[in-house]
Amino acid sequence: MITWLGLAASVLLVGIAIGISALLRLRLERELIVASIRMGVQLALVGGVLTLVIADDRSIWWSWLWVAGMVGYASDVAARRAPQVPGLRWLALGAFSVAAVVTMGVLFGLDVFPVDGRTVVPLAGMMVGNSMTATVLAGRRVIEEIGDKRDQVEARLALGRDSRAAARPYVRAALRSALTPQIETTKATGLVFLPGAMTGLILAGVDPADAVKVQAVVMFLVLGAVATTTTVVALGAASRLFTPDHRLRLVDDPSLRQ
Amino acid sequence: MSRVESHPAIELDDVVVTRSGRRVLDHLTASFATGRITAVAGPSGAGKTTLLRLINRLSVPDSGVVRYRGTDVAELDPLVLRRRVGMVFQRPTAFPGTVRANLAEAAPDRDGSYVTALKQAALDLAMIDRDTAQLSGGELQRVCLARTLVTEPEALLLDEPTSNLDDDAAALFEAAARSLVGSGTTIVWVTHNRSQLERVADDVLELRRQP
Repeated sequence: MITWLGLAASVLLVGIAIGISALLRLRLERELIVASIRMGVQLALVGGVLTLVIADDRSIWWSWLWVAGMVGYASDVAARRAPQVPGLRWLALGAFSVAAVVTMGVLFGLDVFPVDGRTVVPLAGMMVGNSMTATVLAGRRVIEEIGDKRDQVEARLALGRDSRAAARPYVRAALRSALTPQIETTKATGLVFLPGAMTGLILAGVDPADAVKVQAVVMFLVLGAVATTTTVVALGAASRLFTPDHRLRLVDDPSLRQ
Repeated sequence: MSRVESHPAIELDDVVVTRSGRRVLDHLTASFATGRITAVAGPSGAGKTTLLRLINRLSVPDSGVVRYRGTDVAELDPLVLRRRVGMVFQRPTAFPGTVRANLAEAAPDRDGSYVTALKQAALDLAMIDRDTAQLSGGELQRVCLARTLVTEPEALLLDEPTSNLDDDAAALFEAAARSLVGSGTTIVWVTHNRSQLERVADDVLELRRQP
């Protein structure tokens, strides 16, 4: 376990970063100090609340409540990052909820992990945190693709294809873009970088073989979650661009905004 | 130009369309006869494209009624309507891939109809496996016409289809259209080219730009 003195010593590394910034006149010293303090305070707060939530005598429902809070907050962050995607807040909420049910269902339903505050909260956190960027990317790409290829979308509609068929090539392209980075990360895991969960477990004294198993499950969890959330968001965002009678709404229609 | 009265395939009744605060069509009433080419002429912004989009319900009017064969298009299944009333856009909108893949977008399981459609659009049948990226503008536009014809439409909406083509390519397109009318197809042809209008139109609808 790390002692408080050890933690304080590690701040020396931030000092090196500040020193480089000062030496090269990057003017990032203040940013580095603020970022480090903010991170420390946030982690302390989360750690404190987590200690309460996942304490052994605490009901598991507190953990699920925490997960629901994470899903809600992540949906809000996603919506703020991509305001051009109509209704993204609700789409992302639906996507994270579906992904939570699917991934937690597999991991706990098949007894991969025991249902416990110590497993529910971190696993859901991994799922939500890692899917958020891909979700935002998928939503943005759908809007861009359909906006850019508007002529082709309308040409398909004019042939009597329904809006789902007219949007399909562009939804597919958006999903490929959103999923590819995670696939690349998965490919590189273990060779190019050692992921955080595994590194943390090994540092905490867990047998590397056990740490590898946990990490593999986490990577599968993230892949499944990214695929689920991006699909829900891409299909949902695409459907928002069409009327029920298969007309393409204007992409810049202000009424589409949240 | 002589006008022979016949049953209208398409009617617009007191149609109003406003876009970005501007009246594009202002209480327009018009009809398009069956089995004839009606040219729609007028300056830019007069609502020519909007008019075509109303007929196959890619757009809807703010008020008024558009009828196809006597039925309000709002009451028809838009997917069925769009196969009965095909549209060719001003810019060729070929999809990536081969000509065959383009035709398949209109009717995936009707390989047999592709030959007929290519012939009607005055295209060489050997072209079917060529990539659309290798075709000229005129060929692309006729591929788009052929693609629309695969659905065997009763009426065609042509939105300045030859405006980006050279004279020879435009003449081929016009000949293809005239031959379709000969077999009973109704055509609404938006054009700003006066000489083309003289050559192809049986009837003319002149639109004015609204202030």
